[in-house]
Amino acid sequence: MENILEVNDLHVSFDTYGGEVKAVRGVSFELRKGETLAIVGESGSGKSVTTKALMGLIPQPPGRIKQGEVLLEGKDLTKMNERQLQKIRGRDLSMIFQDPMTSLNPTMKVGNQIMEGLIKHQKMSRSQAKKRAVELLEMVGIPNPKARINQYPHQFSGGMRQRVVIAIALACNPKVLIADEPTTALDVTIQAQILELMKDLQHKTETSIIFITHDLGVVANVADRVAVMYAGKIVELGTVDDIFYNPQHPYTWGLLGSMPTLDDEESELFAIPGTPPDLLNPPKGDAFAARNEYAMKIDEEEQPPFFQVSDTHYAATWLLHENAPKVEPPESVQKRMQGFANTGASEKGDNA
Amino acid sequence: MARYIFQRIVYMFITMLLIATFSFFLMKLLPGSPLMMEDKLTEEQAVIIKEKYGLNDPVPVQYVNYLANLAQGDLGISFQQDNRGVTKILIERAGPSIQLGAQALIFGLAFGLLLGIFAALYHNSPIDYGSTFLAVIGKSIPSFVFAGLLQYYIGVKLGWLPVAFWEGFEYTIMPTIALAMFPIAIAARFMRTEMLEVLGSDFITTARAKGVNRLGVLFKHGLRNALIPLVTIIGPMAIALLTGNLVIENIFAIPGIGDTFVQAVMTNDFPIIMGFTLITGFLFIFIILIVDLLYGVIDPRIRLAGGEK
Repeated sequence: MENILEVNDLHVSFDTYGGEVKAVRGVSFELRKGETLAIVGESGSGKSVTTKALMGLIPQPPGRIKQGEVLLEGKDLTKMNERQLQKIRGRDLSMIFQDPMTSLNPTMKVGNQIMEGLIKHQKMSRSQAKKRAVELLEMVGIPNPKARINQYPHQFSGGMRQRVVIAIALACNPKVLIADEPTTALDVTIQAQILELMKDLQHKTETSIIFITHDLGVVANVADRVAVMYAGKIVELGTVDDIFYNPQHPYTWGLLGSMPTLDDEESELFAIPGTPPDLLNPPKGDAFAARNEYAMKIDEEEQPPFFQVSDTHYAATWLLHENAPKVEPPESVQKRMQGFANTGASEKGDNA
Repeated sequence: MARYIFQRIVYMFITMLLIATFSFFLMKLLPGSPLMMEDKLTEEQAVIIKEKYGLNDPVPVQYVNYLANLAQGDLGISFQQDNRGVTKILIERAGPSIQLGAQALIFGLAFGLLLGIFAALYHNSPIDYGSTFLAVIGKSIPSFVFAGLLQYYIGVKLGWLPVAFWEGFEYTIMPTIALAMFPIAIAARFMRTEMLEVLGSDFITTARAKGVNRLGVLFKHGLRNALIPLVTIIGPMAIALLTGNLVIENIFAIPGIGDTFVQAVMTNDFPIIMGFTLITGFLFIFIILIVDLLYGVIDPRIRLAGGEK
């Protein structure tokens, strides 16, 4: 499949009074046409900063893209000025945000908020844009769209607002849709509806999606490939099957191990010990070493490169080096992996 | 919506009646008499004069008469100013005050808001610091100091504008500027804070993610939301400006309402004091009504149930 978006060695830093916070430290990945790439990781791992950098929405200053390139169909977005980026945003690249309660303008009619992008990017007249806005609302499953476009956001429920946000994002048929934790603020039943809607729309529009989340259950449901981020870097990248059935990085093991499941007999939920490193002074070696029970001497000294596990699967851990001792994931994680292997596939089938 | 406004107008009448009642009885409690040199009058003379103004009737009768006249728009006659009708005096005197206040309000708000918007837009830049400096000066230096400075430099030294009196638009410019310094300062500070907060909110990021340009983000998405809290401070500000400013009116020799009011208080001219109280009270509740309606116009979330469609 052809790559629509390529991110190469992206570094983003924020200059603060305390010094330079290196929020993203060399992220590379590619997004293929029509696929969904999930980026997972804990809070502060640089997921949102990475995607904001793609959109050119990092406030500068204090933020700054130190190096790296973001190639959208071969054109480097980091080299573009604000005016050029304004033409790309909303047309080729668009974004859905976490909290639908705050991401719509409370004093503007919903219809106008959808029409704004259409008028700007597709040079539609107001009446054309209005017609299209009605279609879009219908497409995202909002009943009675003709009346609804004249209402204000406070007249919509949380789930409905997120549908509106999706309609805004999809208005100009973007090539890439970035969804930054689009279901985190919603309750579980609405969450499922929104995920279904997004999958459904992706089939219809062939948009590529970058899906940021820290909910591994959602990842299993929507993603084709998964990138696991830790302390501003991608530590493991692979297909959903690679990550869930054959995880290689100890951090991924930790994430999978700390996922609550229903058929668990253990009384206590597993948590990765310690806290993420301070990105003001990131460690010299592997950022995860301090919390990693399998850490070796080299983890303190040098950052691990990417080791290829299979055609689709890469992980940045010294454990994969040929001289490293053979380590198996902890037993609880192995049990989980087994569980995923048994139920995961059918679960995915159900939702498709 | 129409029903709501009707309801509010009924309440306004009740409030006005209460204000009239309170001001009437408070006048009766005031020490002193409206008669000048009362001790030099004979008893008969005093009785005759009081009879003429209806001051010999029992207080309840005076009250009923007052209300009856009020209902016809008659605020009585002034005890001091050649027995002229209070209504006429107040209308004549309120004109310049209200014009001056309205000009200062409009100019102050418009200029202050722009200053605040630019301060927020160029946050932590020389423009921001300059606007802060201006706001601190406007807020801390009293208006009569500006009035004096304007009169001296622009009126006397440069001779561009007349120093005093009220005889045409150019006479209103300097007092308007002097009076507007305070609203400019308040509006600029307020707008800067609100705008900064609004520009940091999520829906602004949404707008930017749509590809909306800087000006569109600022004016289409930012301004209206930043104005919502500002409406709250516009009410009291408008009342303070529209009811006349004694100091400015005196400095520029403007025949406004402030001066008349002070004279009336000094000479126990009850009908004028009551008339002024009523007018101020009316302006107050009227502006509160306008502010409440304005909230609905700016913020759809507080529009009244049934008011939309």
